[in-house]
This record gives sequence, C-alpha cells and structure tokens, in this order.
Amino acid sequence: MVATPQKPAYKVIGTRPVRPDGVDKVTGRAAYGADVVLEGMLFGSILRSPHAHARIKRIDTSKALALPGVKAIITNADFPTQESGTLDLGEGSANPKWLVDNVLAGDKVLYHGHAVAAVAAVDWHTAEEALGLIDVEYELLPFVIDVREAMLAAAPILHHDLRTNVRARNADTPKDRETNIAMHMRVEKGDLDAGFAEADIVIEREFTTSQFHQGYIEPQNGTAHWNHDGQITVWTSTQGAFSVRDQVATLLGQPVAKIKVVPMEIGGGFGGKIPVYLEPVAALLSKKTGHPVKMWMSREAVFQATGPTSATWDRVKIGAKRDGTLVAADVSLCFAAGAYPGSAVGAGVLCALAPYAIPNQRIDGFDVVTNTPKTAAYRAPGAPAAEYAVEAVVDEIARALDMDPLDLRLKNAPDEGDTNSSGAPWPRIGAKAVITAIKESAHYNSEIQGEDVGRGIALGFWFNGGMESSSSVAVNPDGSVSLILGSTDIGGTRASLAMQLAETLGVPYEAIKPQVVDTDSVGYTAVTGGSRTTFAGGWVAYDLGQEIRKRLTERAARIWGVDVSAVTYNDDATITGTDKDGKAQRFTFEEICRRLPSTGGHIAVSAMSRRNTAGPAYAGHIADVKVDRETGKVTVLRYTAVQDVGTAIHPSYVEGQIQGGAAQGIGMALQEEYWYDDQGHLRNGSFLDYRMPVANDLPPIEVILVEVPNPGHPFGVRGVGEVPIVPPQAAIRNALRDAIGVNFYHTPVTPTRILDELLPRA
Amino acid sequence: MQALRYARATSIDEAVRMLREGGETARVLAGGTDVIVQARERRRVIDLFVDIKHIPEVMALEYDPQHGLRVGAAVPLYRVYGDANVQRVYPALRAAAHVIGGKAIQGRASLGGNLSNASPAADSIPAMMALDGVAEIAGPNGRREMRVDEFCTGPGRNALQPGEFIVALRFPQPAPHSGQAWERFIPRNEMDIAVVNAACALTLAGDTVTAARVTIGAVAPTTIMVPAAVEALVGRRLTDDTIAAAGTAAKDAATPIDDMRGTVRQRKHLADVLVQRVVRAAAERARGN
Repeated sequence: MVATPQKPAYKVIGTRPVRPDGVDKVTGRAAYGADVVLEGMLFGSILRSPHAHARIKRIDTSKALALPGVKAIITNADFPTQESGTLDLGEGSANPKWLVDNVLAGDKVLYHGHAVAAVAAVDWHTAEEALGLIDVEYELLPFVIDVREAMLAAAPILHHDLRTNVRARNADTPKDRETNIAMHMRVEKGDLDAGFAEADIVIEREFTTSQFHQGYIEPQNGTAHWNHDGQITVWTSTQGAFSVRDQVATLLGQPVAKIKVVPMEIGGGFGGKIPVYLEPVAALLSKKTGHPVKMWMSREAVFQATGPTSATWDRVKIGAKRDGTLVAADVSLCFAAGAYPGSAVGAGVLCALAPYAIPNQRIDGFDVVTNTPKTAAYRAPGAPAAEYAVEAVVDEIARALDMDPLDLRLKNAPDEGDTNSSGAPWPRIGAKAVITAIKESAHYNSEIQGEDVGRGIALGFWFNGGMESSSSVAVNPDGSVSLILGSTDIGGTRASLAMQLAETLGVPYEAIKPQVVDTDSVGYTAVTGGSRTTFAGGWVAYDLGQEIRKRLTERAARIWGVDVSAVTYNDDATITGTDKDGKAQRFTFEEICRRLPSTGGHIAVSAMSRRNTAGPAYAGHIADVKVDRETGKVTVLRYTAVQDVGTAIHPSYVEGQIQGGAAQGIGMALQEEYWYDDQGHLRNGSFLDYRMPVANDLPPIEVILVEVPNPGHPFGVRGVGEVPIVPPQAAIRNALRDAIGVNFYHTPVTPTRILDELLPRA
Repeated sequence: MQALRYARATSIDEAVRMLREGGETARVLAGGTDVIVQARERRRVIDLFVDIKHIPEVMALEYDPQHGLRVGAAVPLYRVYGDANVQRVYPALRAAAHVIGGKAIQGRASLGGNLSNASPAADSIPAMMALDGVAEIAGPNGRREMRVDEFCTGPGRNALQPGEFIVALRFPQPAPHSGQAWERFIPRNEMDIAVVNAACALTLAGDTVTAARVTIGAVAPTTIMVPAAVEALVGRRLTDDTIAAAGTAAKDAATPIDDMRGTVRQRKHLADVLVQRVVRAAAERARGN
C-alpha cells in the first residue's frame, strides 16, 4: 500500500475484520430472492418475443387460460397508461412510458426476448406450459442491430415519435425528423482548430466495442403480494430498494405509501439490478389472483432481456507536440442504447478525456436506439468503451513519438485545479500519484521475456457518485450500537459502514450491529451504485457517530451535574470531566451506556446525508500477455491494478472490488460479446457461449492501493468499485500491440480476430 | 420443463422392455447432463426417462491386456479418467474425459451419453474413434456391435434403432510402439465447447509410421476420420513435412460452418494446427512405449 504521509492513525479503518453477513453466506443461510416462500404462492412466467422487431397484431390467451392451474395472464394493456416523463433511478433515469413497454411490450416487440405476456399458475411447470398456449400474431418488421446502421437515414425506425434531443452548440443534427438518434450531446473547451494546428503529430482512429453483460450469478427475481387492503409488498434482489419502490409505484399508478420493498441478499448486480423487470409484473398478477406471485428469470432471459452495455462505435483524434504534450482532442462516441433511449453515452463523454489535461477538446456523444435489449448501467457505465478508445490512441502517439507510454501520460495528467472536459476545476485527485506508483512498481520494472509476449498499460477514470443515504442508530445498554441501513450490501458495505461508525465513536468494530432493512424501516437511500455507498453511507455513519458523542457527553454532564463544557468525549470512547464537587470523573463507553435507561432513556438517532463531494477515482493497469500465433489464444501472464482509493476502509474488500473489476474488464478485452445471427436473434445467451473468464483464465491480479484522501469526506473515502473495469480493455489491447505488432480496433480481441490478422490473406 | 415419468431398470432386458413400452418419447437416462437439459428447455419431447445406472454391466469398467478396455455406457467420466489403466494405456481417452464440463458434470456424464448425444463438437468422440472403439448395443432384437466411427449420422442423430441403447464401449489393446493424443481448442481454458478437436493414434517402427488413425471434430456434421491424413503418415518417416502434410489433409477434409463459436477460416486452420499437434504428441508417446 502506498500511504500518504498525512494519513491519521486510525484504529478500525484499515483493518480487515470479518464481515457481519459472512457466516450466513458461507453456510447457505443467507436469504436470497429465490428463497422467498409464502402461503398460497403462485408462480409467474413470461412469454418472450421470438423476433427482433415486430408489430403485435393480436394476443389470444384463451387456450392458455383454459389450462388447469393457470390463474391469470396479463399483457401491457393491464398496466395504467404512462405519460412521457423522467423517473430517477439513482444511476441513470427512465421514461416511465418506455419502462412499462420494456416490462411488457406495447404495440411492438423491439428485440429478441422482449417480454410479451405473463402467466401466473399454481406451479412453475404449468406456467411454462401455458406460455406455449398463448397465441401471438406478429407482423414482422425490418430490424437494425448495429449502431452505425441504426444512425443511417434509411435505417428501420424503432419509435416513430422519436426526435433527436440536440444538446450540442453549432451542431447540424436534424431535430425534426424520424430517427433512431435519441440524443446528441457535445462538450467542448478551448479552440480545436488552433489546437490541432499546434500539433506536430495527429493520430485519428476508429473503434468498435461489442455488447457485454454484467453476468451476475443470481438471475433477476421478484415476489409480490397485493394484499386485500391495497398494501403491496415486494421481495426482490435489487441494488436499490427505494428505486424499486418508486418504479413500481409509477408503473402501477400507486402512491409509494402503498408499497414496501424488502431487499433480499443480492447475488451480484454491477449496475444491472437497478431497473425493474419482474416486480411490477408479479404485483399485477398478484392483484388479479389475490395470491402472492413469485417470478424469476432463466439465464437465457437474463441475457436476452436485462441490461447489457452498449455496443459502441467511437472515433478519437488526438494531436500532440513532439515533446509529448497533448494539445487537442476530438472524440465522437456513438452508443447503442438498445430498444429505448438512455445509454450511458453521457458519462462516456465526460470520462473520455478525464485522465488528461488537454486544453482544446470537443467530445460528441450520440444515444442511438437499436433492436437489442435496453441497456442498463454496468460498472462505470459508459467509461470503459470511451476511455478504451482514447487510451489506444494515446498509446499509438507514444509509439510514434518513441516515448515511454507512462512518461507521456504523466506529462499530461491533470492536477488539482486543472479543468475537466466541462471546464470545472478538479478537486484533489490521484492521477499523478497513480502513474508514479505504476512507475515504481515491481511489475513495471520487471523484464518480460519470451517470444510473442508484450506489456501494455492504460489509465482509467470514473467520477464516483454521492447521492442520498439515510441511517438510524440505537445505542444499547450493553455498549453495542445498532446501525440500520437502506443500502443493499454488495461489496461489504455492512462492514465498511460499521467500521466508520466504530472509528467515529472510538469503539471496537464488533460493537456495531449493522442491518439492512426494508423501505418502511429506514429513510430514503439511493441505489448501491456509482461507487457511492461507502462514501455516502460513511458520511451518515460519521454524522450519527458525532451526534451520539454529543448526546453521551450531555448525558455525562447531566449525571455529574455540570455543564457540557466540563465534559470531554475522548477518542478512546471514554468520557472524562469533573463533577459538581470538582472531583475527576470517567465513564467508559460501556459504563455510560449501562446508565442510559436510568438516566433519561436510550439514545436513538437518524440522519440523512446528501453531499456532492465524492472524490473522483483514477486507476492504472499493467498487463503482460503471450499470444499463441498458431491458435490466436492469449494468455494473460501477469496483471497489476494500481488505484487511488482515497482511504481503504476495509482493504480486503477494496482489493476484492479492484480484482473483480479487472477480471470483468479482461473478459471484455478478450472473450465476452453478444452474438446475433442474421435474424437478429441473440445466439449465445448462456454462460457456455457468452464466455466470461473462468478462474484459470486469469492470473492472480496484483493490487497496489494508492491513498490520496478525498478532502470531501471525513475519512478521505473515494468510491473504489467501478473504475477498475475501465483500464483493462486498453491495457490488454496495448499489450497485444507490444506482443505481436498488431493494433486492434475492436474489443473483444478473440482468437478468431487475432487469427484474422495473423493468417495470410485469402 | 413438463412433468414426465421416471423408471429405473435393473437389467438390460428390463431397460429394453421399458424403452419399447415407452415408444418414441422414451429416452435413456444415464448421467442426464444432456437429456435433462433438453427436456427442461423443451428441445426434445420426452415423456419417460429409463434410468440405466442401476444395471451393473452398464456401470462396470474392466481392463486386461488381452482384451483391452471395456467401459460401461453409464460409467461417469471421473471413473474413466481416474482409472490407472486408462491413464497408462489410453491417455487420449483420459485427456478427453478430463475436460468435459466441470467436476460436477464429470460425476454424472458418461462416454455412452456423449456418443449417443452425437454432438459434432463432442470431446470424447474423436478420442474413441482414434482408439478404434466399438459400441456394444442392446435392443429389442438382442445385442449387436457397431464401430464408433459409424455411429453418428448427423448433429444430434445416431444409428441406434428404436428401443436400442449403448451398453458398453470397447477399445482394443494398443499395439507395441503405439502412441495416442487428443487436443481441442477453446477460447477459455475450461468449461467450454471445442471450436475444433482432434485425436490421433499411431504405431511406429523406428521412425516410420506403420499404422495411424486421425480424427477431427466440430468441423463437419459429425466427428470425421481423416483418411488422407493417414495416407500422408503411414509408410513414411515422421518428419516435419509428413506431419505438415497430415495437417493439410485435415484442413482440406474439414467442412466447417461459421457460427458463434468460430469461423470457417479459423476452424480449417485449427484442424491443421491441432492435427499436427496430436500427431507429434502421439509419436512422442509411441517412442516411449
């Protein structure tokens, strides 16, 4: 770990205690969505579109309804009509009109696997059998999968009422004709022409990236009960219980007061478990039948119909002076949003050039609908594709100038006070600290040996989110403190938040009892996403700890009969002072807690925090690869991830996040991609053929933690979970260039594509 | 998955009777790693599973140097690759059995099932064909035998008649100075389906190849023998040129398709590469035998 000199001497922060949910998870007792069993429960299943694009002319459910055991069938028509609008999902937003049409298709199916109708039956097999008896008449329509083709004027149109929302000055994008381009945005600063005129070298390249899936191990699920008193309870696997509550309320046209969402343990999300798919359907089936209804997705449905990333088409042009100074950059990013607008291109635009201080720049982003599943957030949404393209061109510039790729990056890295792409000054950031740590690392200073081996590096940036978190605490007479949380625990946040409360109070970690509760039992808390939970939840824990310190100080003053100014709460959680007779007094934390019931009552406090001081995250990865020229197979020999983590609250979980992000990024770099046939059918909707790396595809991923504390957080926390997925695609691609002399312009670089380059042209 | 019936046979005759009574929608159940998935995903209509795992003969693995190896059709793969004789005498079979699925699958899946399923990319079939395997078949008309290289007739199709199933697979004792090898190419390092696989068994007299069998999979509707590769090897000294000629013969024999797992160009190239690799590895072993 690379520690900064000014780091305070923490007692709990920086240790590696056992997670509170650990025993239940390793013994199989933890309750996930699939474990929900309720009296009288029915089972729901969904009929999905066999076509990429078709008009639904007629749905005849009579035969299916006649099957014994079938209790109800619903379609889009059973939902209340939605007006266009904006519903905040925490990480991203949704138009309720499109959201409901994605949950169950409206007048058209827009992708292979689009939900068409839902059945509730007495058991799963009956529900599945009923699907085969639903008769849907389709009118096939021409479809478009590729983002480049979707942007053409002659492309098949998905939404005839869609017009381009132009948020770009001086752009000639038409605003008033039928199109698949939902949005064109532009961010610019400086003088682009003057910048390129200054450049001694200009490199312009075009890139494409495939669609990737989050690949969480637990499929989407949801159980709902619409009670006879109108109260609706939803049990589900989600990154944000309140986000589910708000989406379900909107889609069902019900006030939030009627809806309680119980978050079950989650088997991974990575951004994909923010939008709702099954929950509102289960609720409506429950309303129709009067029974609780449980639903879950097959893996195939997860691939077909839940959020992959955008496939992208990107162009990057960068100009540099002979000494390596980057003077101008022109970037264009086209992201396939899937069936409905709302890709992560906006974040891609803001992240693309964030690792560099380039004075003259313009970044265009296009959000384009295609006949593929509606994309959802995936770990640093938008950033991996955008920064991959930039990092590839920067690498080519370093080669052209015969400069060390790290030196080039260090020369152009931003510092505090430099401005980002939208012109705002950077707060304290770790860009240069990360590059320096790479330069000093054992990996970067090691020799690589052998034929067809190579090394690549790439940087990554992610903003991190703040948003809103709430918590309650109760101080117990035995000296323990209950900590009530609204955040789904994905990456160890029960532990990391309990640790921050323990540090604030000066008590041991074991004294804090964290618990994640439902939406009726804690204040509004945004999604576990945007790498925000340890940051924002930590702020709340800190505020609550300070309030407990204040109240315990007041209690001691009352017991001793003195003014609070005569009492001190010490960092070891003792309270000292002098009583009204001038005698020195002291309580340990346990002693004063024991006195609470008899001296005025227990202490319970709630707090909400919404701060926009999340510290941005920088990362840099080093990859060594070996290529088998005969088969095109790539072996990742060694991999190191360096990252500014602000302050590592629980270093093991921070390292775990970084290793997980790097593993997913390596999968994108080499193996993973959605594969559509010429009918627009997704053909590899399984873990067999959607090739995420397995354990022995990866080397041990070494982690170097750099700690540049975030001044916007009491413990210096920066989000850590997302940025590690950003550098791998470019780091591997640049290593492949080093190994075999080939520049690749598409990810993943599969063995097929490597052979295409290495084999003699036919 | 729809509800279906399950019946457990304890003898060959009982299994034959159950299959006959079950008709067209009855299927043999060994490990079930293919047929249960097919039933669940409704890729086949199955009303009855006849479980053959409780028939002793079907679960027996026997070896002696006189008769060679006999593997009951439902013997799980972990017993095949874990057997000391298989490891010593039939390394190509061991290698193929060792990489099918993961540990859990290998506790259930069998050679008989892998052959009956007749996938063009099946991993054990090239090895069984190269080793000159014979399938022992039981059915309404009694027992018969069929060479493994004649068994598969198309993707998912085989030469079994209604009511028939494989009882065991037999492999002859390899001749002295013989060697064998099996390889596949997958983009991952495990848990994957072959883009191409290949096997070779050959016998050497000094440096000269006196007998050979070469097979490639995932490049045609069924795993295929490559007689042209055999011609390139037999009667010749094993040099880089003869090995390259065998590879080229495999490349020419391959008639693959483009799909999500690979392209025509890639597969033809890999047939060449893998055949060269298995010939070299088999020769290496032959020199040690």
